[in-house]
Amino acid sequence: MLSRVAERVYWMGRYLERAESTARLVNAYTTQVMDLPIGVEPGWKHLVDITGANRLFDESYSRYDERSTIGFLVADPDHAGSIMSSLAMARENVRTTRDVLPTEAWEHANELYLYARANVEKAIGRKHRFFFLKNVIFRCQQIAGLLAGTMSHGPAHEFVCIGRNLERADMTTRIVDSAVFILMPRKAAPGEYDSILWANALKSLSAYQMYRQNVRNRVVAEEVVRFLLKDPQFPRAVCHTLAASAASLATFRRNAAALRSLAGVQARVADADVRTMSLEGLHRLIDEVQSDLGDVHDQIRATWFTLDQPAQLQVQAQSA
Amino acid sequence: MTIDWESYDPNGFYDDMMTGPGHPRDVGRVVARYLASLSTEEIRSRQEAAEAAIEEMGITFTVYSEGSNIDRAWPFDIIPRIISAREWAHTEAGLRQRLRALNLFIGDLYGDQKIVKDGVFPAELLADSKNFRSQCIGIRPPFGAWANICGSDLIRDHHGTFYVLEDNLRVPSGVSYMLENRILTKRVFGELFAESSILPVADYPNQLFDMLGSISPRPGDFPEVVVLTPGIYNSAYFEHCFLAQQMGAELVEGSDLVVGDDDCVYMRTIDGLQRVDVIYRRIDDLFLDPEAFNPDSALGVRGLMRAWRKGNVGLANAPGAGVADDKVVYAFVPKIIKYYLSEEPILPNVPTYVCLYDDDRQYVLEHLPELVVKPANESGGYGMLIGPAASAAEHAEFAARIKADPRNYIAQPLVKLSTVPTVVEDHVEPRHVDLRPFILQGERLYVTPGGLTRVALRRGSTVVNSSQGGGSKDTWVIEGDI
Repeated sequence: MLSRVAERVYWMGRYLERAESTARLVNAYTTQVMDLPIGVEPGWKHLVDITGANRLFDESYSRYDERSTIGFLVADPDHAGSIMSSLAMARENVRTTRDVLPTEAWEHANELYLYARANVEKAIGRKHRFFFLKNVIFRCQQIAGLLAGTMSHGPAHEFVCIGRNLERADMTTRIVDSAVFILMPRKAAPGEYDSILWANALKSLSAYQMYRQNVRNRVVAEEVVRFLLKDPQFPRAVCHTLAASAASLATFRRNAAALRSLAGVQARVADADVRTMSLEGLHRLIDEVQSDLGDVHDQIRATWFTLDQPAQLQVQAQSA
Repeated sequence: MTIDWESYDPNGFYDDMMTGPGHPRDVGRVVARYLASLSTEEIRSRQEAAEAAIEEMGITFTVYSEGSNIDRAWPFDIIPRIISAREWAHTEAGLRQRLRALNLFIGDLYGDQKIVKDGVFPAELLADSKNFRSQCIGIRPPFGAWANICGSDLIRDHHGTFYVLEDNLRVPSGVSYMLENRILTKRVFGELFAESSILPVADYPNQLFDMLGSISPRPGDFPEVVVLTPGIYNSAYFEHCFLAQQMGAELVEGSDLVVGDDDCVYMRTIDGLQRVDVIYRRIDDLFLDPEAFNPDSALGVRGLMRAWRKGNVGLANAPGAGVADDKVVYAFVPKIIKYYLSEEPILPNVPTYVCLYDDDRQYVLEHLPELVVKPANESGGYGMLIGPAASAAEHAEFAARIKADPRNYIAQPLVKLSTVPTVVEDHVEPRHVDLRPFILQGERLYVTPGGLTRVALRRGSTVVNSSQGGGSKDTWVIEGDI
């Protein structure tokens, strides 16, 4: 398998996951904002905070109102993390690797892009938003299922899975961090809406139901953080995504450096006692985990995507 | 309402389906009757279904327009163009003969140049040929095949006779659309396939793979075949991808390949470097290898010519094959066939005036309003003068161009291109077509049954290029007397 093709299917996995998880995030967030009394933070700005793209947002929009933030996350072609941009990039990566993917994968990725392009503007208003997001989620799942069911589970498929899992880990840590970030300045006892905030975090990751089944406790900060970071079974928990990535990497030759790097972040997550950690400690932990994830990406890139170049040249060029 | 064949008038042109209003040819009878059984609403809905399928299947071509690349849906007309198997057998024989002769000619030019020494092909034409590559002198590719893949453009005149209009020997494109058009027609007119015996075209990717395998430097092994593309911004990227996928070959870009110290070609894979045996290259000669040709090329592979020269890799088409893909050389093809094969040409050329020659040039300059003038080395229908449609100012401009560079121009009488019924809104009108069959030569010769029919969608237009308002049709070679 060509290194270039490996890189593109890896990014296809990442972009499809990014589109889907952003759709889930926006969907969950819209639903829950409706539960909060007007004026109670977090407002719409929080949605942009999660993605960490505030600077880009400020360049094009003057206010963090619903229309601007949703437009930015769902439709903005200049925002590389928007659903529309992610789908365009996913399609482009499928288009340029059509020779290794099942024909239907291209057709579905192409249809998904065409669907989104035709309907994305409508999705900014609340009336059509749910239907649009539901469709994007469904179609992303359809492609994931198609690949799982019709593509040989060889290297190309493993690269798709690694891309998907690293992207998931990234989104989960962002969502945990955003909740931590809101609570950090507050010194007083938990407020009235804290449990709603943590329930939001779970729902943004479609984790609420699984949390309920697995954690016999109220929705409290330390349990939610533990579940989202350390649960071995929930597919969007960081621990699970890392284990799945390790399983994929284990099928490759010359995987020692990438596995070592991955083992580092696995150990960091496993060793952290999140139940007793301060909010500041949690924020630091998540920063470190995200930096570790960047290292894993760099190792994968240096080992399999850029064969003939020395690994150290790739560090500043990575764009995870 | 249904299609009214009584009002369908080819207007003096040869029509592939109808001899005149209300009278289908033998070969078109089944299809004409079937189409007449459909309501206009049904015809329109099938045309729309085909267009929706094209968009979903992502069948596109790329055009460069106003500073950016746009992917356009492939324009397709649902009514097939029909040719009888008997007519086709004759045409196919002519195409085989032509490619055999052209390959002998190319090999001779890069070898002893007997045809020049014998005075059949003028030395001055060779001397300033833009596509002659001195880097290829002395090389002998397997089976003497330089142009492994040839796309020849055929037209029918008002009697229905097939003429060769040009031979594309560099990187001819269009075959994927031929294959996709058949898939579309099967979806749209599935019923007709039960009534007619239509020669299948789907074997092309296998034939192509076998041909490419036959020029591998390591026969007996499983050959590692790759398709070399300039990348996603190339207008034929869709096709490169399609063919790679159909053959199960890797689709590579120049940066994926590297020539080792052993002068063998390798591709960069996740498991390290892997030897490549045959490259189906879809990059022009001059960009293939910055070491041998254009030093600024970022598309090619440094050292590729070295590897090829040593016989360590197969290249299709061979570099330098384009020397015979020149509209001036074209004029000599009938002589080339007689010279190498001692046979009469089976397929005629369109009469061609070579402006290099004083008599021909004189005639061309005096008859510009009747002629089509073409530059020797352009493709895609660019830089042409269609005399009868042009203004006096354009005639004067071309006269000046011809006088300034006579070697670069040829002229031909305007051939009355044949027509085929084509859906225009809610009815059917004749539109002009050409035909591009594909011929493969490696160990064996292969000709596609039919080829890609291109159709000028504008009324009266004869320009079929997809970049200039052309569309395409499925092409049926039908067996049996029907």
